[in-house]
Amino acid sequence: MKKVFFAIMAIAGISSLAAQSAAEKGLQIAKAAEQADLGFGSSTVKLKMTLKNKNGQTSERYLETRTLELTEDGDKSLIVFNSPKDVKGTSTLTFTHKTGSDDQWLFLPSIKRVKRISSNNKSGPFVGSEFAYEDLSSQEVEKYTYKFLEEKGNLLVVEQDPVDPKSGYTRRVVTYNKDKGYRFEKVEFYDRKNALLKTLTYSDYKLYQGKYWRALTFNMVNHQSNKETLLKFEEYNFNVALSDEDFTQVALQRAGQ
Amino acid sequence: MKIVHISLLVILVLSGLNTYAQEDNSKKTTHDFEMELEAEYRYFYDDALFEEQKDHFPSFAIRPEYAISWNKGYESINFKGFFRLDVDEERTHWDIRELYYQKAKNNWEFSLGLKKVYWGVTESNHLVDIINQTDAVETFDGEEKLGQPMAQFTWITQKFGTFDFFYLPYHRKRTFAGDKGRLRFPVVIDKEDLEYESSAKEWRQDLAFRWKHYFNILDIGLSYFYGNGREPLFAFDSLGNINAFYPVIHQAGLDLQITHDAFLWKLESIYRHASAQEFVALVAGLEYTFSNIDGNGLDIGLLGEYLYDERDELALNALQNDIFLGSRIAFNDTQDTSILIGGIKDLESDSTIFSLEASRRFGSSWTAEIEARIFDNIDDNEIILSNFREDSFFRISISKYF
Repeated sequence: MKKVFFAIMAIAGISSLAAQSAAEKGLQIAKAAEQADLGFGSSTVKLKMTLKNKNGQTSERYLETRTLELTEDGDKSLIVFNSPKDVKGTSTLTFTHKTGSDDQWLFLPSIKRVKRISSNNKSGPFVGSEFAYEDLSSQEVEKYTYKFLEEKGNLLVVEQDPVDPKSGYTRRVVTYNKDKGYRFEKVEFYDRKNALLKTLTYSDYKLYQGKYWRALTFNMVNHQSNKETLLKFEEYNFNVALSDEDFTQVALQRAGQ
Repeated sequence: MKIVHISLLVILVLSGLNTYAQEDNSKKTTHDFEMELEAEYRYFYDDALFEEQKDHFPSFAIRPEYAISWNKGYESINFKGFFRLDVDEERTHWDIRELYYQKAKNNWEFSLGLKKVYWGVTESNHLVDIINQTDAVETFDGEEKLGQPMAQFTWITQKFGTFDFFYLPYHRKRTFAGDKGRLRFPVVIDKEDLEYESSAKEWRQDLAFRWKHYFNILDIGLSYFYGNGREPLFAFDSLGNINAFYPVIHQAGLDLQITHDAFLWKLESIYRHASAQEFVALVAGLEYTFSNIDGNGLDIGLLGEYLYDERDELALNALQNDIFLGSRIAFNDTQDTSILIGGIKDLESDSTIFSLEASRRFGSSWTAEIEARIFDNIDDNEIILSNFREDSFFRISISKYF
């Protein structure tokens, strides 16, 4: 009986998949990934960014990021630079929006100035790294259209096309792990000419609070320039209980003072 | 040899402190010590207008910083010191830029001590910014400030914006270049000779308020200051003598920015009222950035601002009816290479000031800066600026961070 039941379930599953368009299935996976990460509230984490040029020379940056989860609109985040020392305290505050441009402020500690900056520059590199601003911003479902490509065991491969015409990409190909809370395993970025530009691989995953997967290593390789950027995260802290008041221009200045 | 020994000792002590600077998680107290050592060289290539003024200004500066924070970072004590050694004895000076205790809780923040506060949005002139006295001998652009004693209370609301209240119990006088220094008047002004309109002098208890909010793409600030002016008021008598003093002023300020796509539209305006003076001034302009032009991170920003000051020639910064055009070039490379070039031109005469500022990091703890200010065709009728017409200069500085 049990076998028969499973067989029926499998057939039902397959037929429902077939009935779904690739776009619907892609969207469903993105939503499942979003759903799996819901409810973390807020977190802080310190990280080391290592920039490697094509000759293998490296330079390092130390950063700290704070994130506040919002469900009705996109997340809020605050990034503080701790090194290099000449830019220590330089900080950014970002209010991500599900639709439309993000709001972003920059704090310059040397003259204590808070400056509202344009979030127009999505495709530009973040502090000389291989990460573009858009690679590091909050991953909202509404920012892409989707196309399911294939399933390989527990891995689901989905093409994502950015909605924003200012994006530096025609598409990204994201590999999800459906058995591990739909976490990202790999993202391939295709430039405006649809040539493979970069590959980002996630590793050293750790499960927090039995629910939230966080990769402690990000490795971004640029295939066109042969440059690399490695992000190494320290332990995430999910017990900070941050609120909206920790993501204001006043808090931005305090973080960078 | 002695210098080498002292340098080695300093480096050893600093590296010791750096180890100590690591976070101690058990006590949840964070210490942070940093130090910047800077060597600077300024060269004024035109013959000096006044006797005793020098052409070459090698200089050295040190900027130690210490911060201790606890209570998850919601409480802290912050210190920033400054000392410069220069050929001009007036430019040889020290200051406590910051030394304050701060506590933040929920929707308020309180600071007590010497602090620096910046208000405003424009690039070529900073009209609204009034809390701190300008360190006028330090830089030409007036962006360096002296530490201001204050009690500051900030109340943050999500719906109605942020309200800042300042109690400023002590006024600090502006320093002017000495005998050997450039960028001065024919008569050397000793800052101690400048008097106050207020009988309480520097101990006049001053107040300031600012409201800051944002609505979608609009950021707005409204401010009010009542107290000893930061800018001395210059009055010239028929014999050419300068009579200068610090008036008691009321100043209302507005700063506004609209951030739309790659455009930043900016406006700053003030209305200042004193018994001897009443005027309005404004800066209005825009900044547009072509970003990631080469797909490699090159950003080129274009800046244009119009400057107006009702004081006319008596405006201390000589920006009474001028236009500023500039460009900010950021390479977004690992060395953070950036260049800012620009020029301010008087619309009523040919007086023009060109400027260039460029900076780059070397390795992980060295930076170099180049600056040039060129005074061109300065009109003899410019009461203030005409004194600086031979004071075009180049500056190079190298900093090491510990």
